[in-house]
Parts: sequence; C-alpha cells; structure tokens
Amino acid sequence: MTGPAAPVEDVGPRAPGLLGPRRPRRAREEGSRGAMIAFGSTVLFVAVVLVVVLTSEAWPRVQRQFFSPSAFREVFPDVLGGFWLDVQMFVVAEVVILGFALVVAMVRALRGPAFFPIRALAVTYIDLVRGVPIILLILLLGFGVPALQLKGVPNGPLFWGVTALVISYSAYTAEVYRAGIESVHESQRMSARSLGLTQVQALRYVIVPQAIRNVIPALLNGFVSLQKDVALVFVLGVREGVREAQIYNTSTFNYTGYVAAAVLFLAVSVPVARFTDWYTERDRRRRQAMSI
Amino acid sequence: MRVRLGFVIVLTLTLVAAACGDSDEGGADGGSCDVADLDLVTEGQLTVATGEPVFPPWMGVGDDNFDVPESKTGFEGALVYALANEMGFTDDQVTFVRTTFDEAITAGPKGWDFNIQQYSITDAREEVVDFSDPYYETNQALVAFADNPVASATSLDDLKQYKLGAAIGTTSFDFAENVIEPDAEVAVYNDNADAKSALEAGQVDALVFDLPTAYFITAVEIEDASIVGQLEASGDRADRFGMLFAEGNSLVSCVNEALARLDDAGTLTALEDEWLSGGGDIPTLSQ
Repeated sequence: MTGPAAPVEDVGPRAPGLLGPRRPRRAREEGSRGAMIAFGSTVLFVAVVLVVVLTSEAWPRVQRQFFSPSAFREVFPDVLGGFWLDVQMFVVAEVVILGFALVVAMVRALRGPAFFPIRALAVTYIDLVRGVPIILLILLLGFGVPALQLKGVPNGPLFWGVTALVISYSAYTAEVYRAGIESVHESQRMSARSLGLTQVQALRYVIVPQAIRNVIPALLNGFVSLQKDVALVFVLGVREGVREAQIYNTSTFNYTGYVAAAVLFLAVSVPVARFTDWYTERDRRRRQAMSI
Repeated sequence: MRVRLGFVIVLTLTLVAAACGDSDEGGADGGSCDVADLDLVTEGQLTVATGEPVFPPWMGVGDDNFDVPESKTGFEGALVYALANEMGFTDDQVTFVRTTFDEAITAGPKGWDFNIQQYSITDAREEVVDFSDPYYETNQALVAFADNPVASATSLDDLKQYKLGAAIGTTSFDFAENVIEPDAEVAVYNDNADAKSALEAGQVDALVFDLPTAYFITAVEIEDASIVGQLEASGDRADRFGMLFAEGNSLVSCVNEALARLDDAGTLTALEDEWLSGGGDIPTLSQ
C-alpha cells in the first residue's frame, strides 16, 4: 500500500520507525520521480498486453465465448442466485469453524499426561483430515453417509457438503490457532498459573485472547480461501454460483457465466483481502507505538 | 531513456506481428474426400477424440474392453471404425485421444479431427463449434427405484412434485428443467456416476438419462432400479448426437458424405440394433 510516493507527512511524529526518520528533501524528490516511472511503466505494460491480445486473430472469437455482454445478461441472474447460496454456506461454515477449531487447538495446547488421550485425538484428527483432499471428503460424506440410510441422520447434500467443509477447514484453522497460542510467551502461561488459574482458565483468559490477535491475518486468509471452496459442494448436485455458470457453459459452450461468477467472488474476496492488509498494518503500527 | 523506449516499441511491434502472423493456411476446401487430400491433424491418420473414461453402451463394452475404444465395441466405438473404413482409412490408421468436455468446446486449434462422446447438437453450440449430421436420435427416460412413489407416475405432470436429477451438459438435464419443470430445483451432477450415487443415497427420487444409457444403467449398474417411462422429446428438444469439429473444419462435409452412405446401406441401423437395443417395450409418459 505504501508506494514510493506515499506522503510522509500523513504518518505524523507519533509513529517513528514506520518509514524511518523524516526523509530529507532530496529523497522526497527522488520518490516522486520513482512514482512517475512506476506510472509510466504500468501504462506501457498494460498497453502492450492490450495490443497483443486485442490484435490477436482469435480475439473476436475469444470475446464471444468468454466476454459476451448478451450472454452475461442472460446468465447473471442464475449465477447471482447460486452465489447467494455460496454466501450462506460460507457464513454458516465459517462461524462453526471458528468455534470448533478453537476447541481443537485448546485441547492440543493442554499439558500433562492426564490429557494425553484427547490431545492424541486432536492430533490424529488434524493429521488425517489435512491429508485428505477436500473433494474426497465432500463426496465421502455427501454420497457415502446418506447411502447408509441411518435413522435420524439428515441425508441432504447441502448439510453434508457444509459439514465436510467444516471438518476440513477446522483442521487447518486449529493449526492457525495453535501457532498463535505458541507465539504467546511462556512467561504469560507461568504467570497465570502462579496466580492460581487452572490450565483451562489460563488458556481461556490469558493465552487465547493474545493468541487470536496474533493470528487474525492468517484467519482472514482462511476466510478468503473458504469463501471460494464452498463452491466445491456442487459435486453433490447443489446448484451454487459456479455450477449455474457451468450449466450455462455446457448447454451453450459459452464461458461468460464463469466470468460472471468470478466477478461476484472477487466482489467479496478483494475487500476482505484489502481489509486484512489494512488491519495488519494498523496492528503493526499500534504495537510499534506501544513498544516505544 | 529515449533509447530504451524505442526498444520497447520495437519489441511491442514484434510481438504484434508474431501474434498476427500465426494464422492457419487453410486446407484444400472443396477438394476430394480421398484420404490423401483430407486436411487432417496428422497426415494419413484419423485422430478421434473421446471422453475419459468411455462408457458402455457407447464404447468399450465387455469386461475386458472397459475404457478401450480400440476394441471397436459399443455403438460409437463400432461406428468410428465403420465410418473410417467408409472414408478409406484402414483400422490401423485410426488413433484415439482423450479429452475432457471443456477441452473439446474451447476456442482455438484442436489436436484431433473430431470428437465423439454423445454430443447433442444444439443451435447455441453450433455457434462455437461445428457438428456432423446426427448419427443417432434418442428419447429421454426416467430411472427410479421401484419402491419410490415416482415409479407409479404416468404423465409428465405427475413428475412435477418429485426431486429429479441429471448429469450436467446433457439434453436430459435440459428436458428435466425445461419440459418437466419440477417444483424442486433439478439437481445437477458432474456425470452419470455421481447421479447414480445421489439416487442410491436417496437424495433424488428419479434421474433422467437418454434411453440407451437408461437401459444400460437399469440392466447392469443399478439392478434394483427400473425405467419408469420414456419421455418423448420432439421438435427442438429431440436429442440428436453429432460428431464435434473445430469451427470451420473442412473435414465435416467428407464425414457427412460417408455417414450418409452408411445410413443408406443400413449400417447405422444395424449398429443400433447390435449395441443399443434395450429389449422390451417401455411405456411413454404422456405430455
């Protein structure tokens, strides 16, 4: 975000160390020259790419097949309807994942021989699930479990698709939490214990709040990833956004529906990515301010 | 700085020239259909693309022949060789390559002469690729377990209340969605295998397939399931299979000529009888 031309004045005197000491006049002039070069080379690069693509003999054909305005209008309502289902699946799955993964990570962080069985269980779960391709997990749960025809167990593809995502992503997210827990200095745990807190209390009130703060960028990274992977549930017959695009593609051989789906996914994931950057930067600034 | 800019401009022009100059020379249009005169991907070879794996009853029928197009078994497998011979190729001059559905329909040059995997001919698809004349025309059929209430349906209206499913990209799906128009959304699967899994998992009441596939599935693959009825597909909705060519391929006319000769000689009908006959009469569900 901070290009070479970022105005130094914005930072103010309260954040020393961010860009180093106030830069002398000459350095600032060099910075603006750098900005011009950056701008110029970007324009040139884009121009070259456009010229090469647009003058290609096959471009009209590619445009018709991938970027057709009429096809876009035709397919967009269906893709949007399916994408809304993606968003719902994502929100439900993410909430469950954040809670469940934290429990798994805390179990893994417990110490002492008495906790060995559940610790081993958590490690086994994480190892197994992370080693299985997510698509296999979705197929296994989505087609396999309902085929058993167990009484009282739901057999809907949506339910099992989201369950598979929760199981898979919780394993990764638990590891993210664990990294956060381990990044909290050992003295925190010892201080908490010496105050008379139990292991679980120490985790709950002292370690985990600090740990989560440390790993928020990594968690947001997982958000973006899950937000796209919910589309995988389509293998179970669920008609979400990408599937609607595919249905249009296979009946007309036109790919514009995929472009429509990509636009929708980007509309969600790009703001999340920008937010992650902004949050990380703000957090870093605050910590540096605190450490003075 | 100026020198470098000049260099970039020259580079740009070179790239543009390279992009423009990369055009095909075009074949001998309107020429004869002798093997030597055909505009083939590999000279003297008929390169035929198909799916991976290939499914009976279309290609590779028999325990030892599963996924072996060269076995000349199955309706399409036998047809490819009959057609190739009719065009003047020997069996050894036929080469199979495998493609996905997507690979076959994207723009750009292809590594094969034509693609055959039960592609239904539709107007929208004709805008992007070329098809041969149809080599087969079929009805759709509804497959369900006998203990599901859908099995007692006698008309298309009866079907509206059930959860239906079909494989993506098929005329079967189009039929379920646009002709039957059920109350619940039609479930869409990657292929027939996934659709069958969903039926066995109880996630759909019935599946729509083309009739030959339905025969095969109920006879061999899901023996407890049966064909509830045929779904008459007429006019625009008739399911006609054609061989798929890259747009503008000059080979189409020669293939069509050979196909017409096979049809006149009764070879097409004979192949249908050999590979696609289902046995027994299947009731037709009224519109």
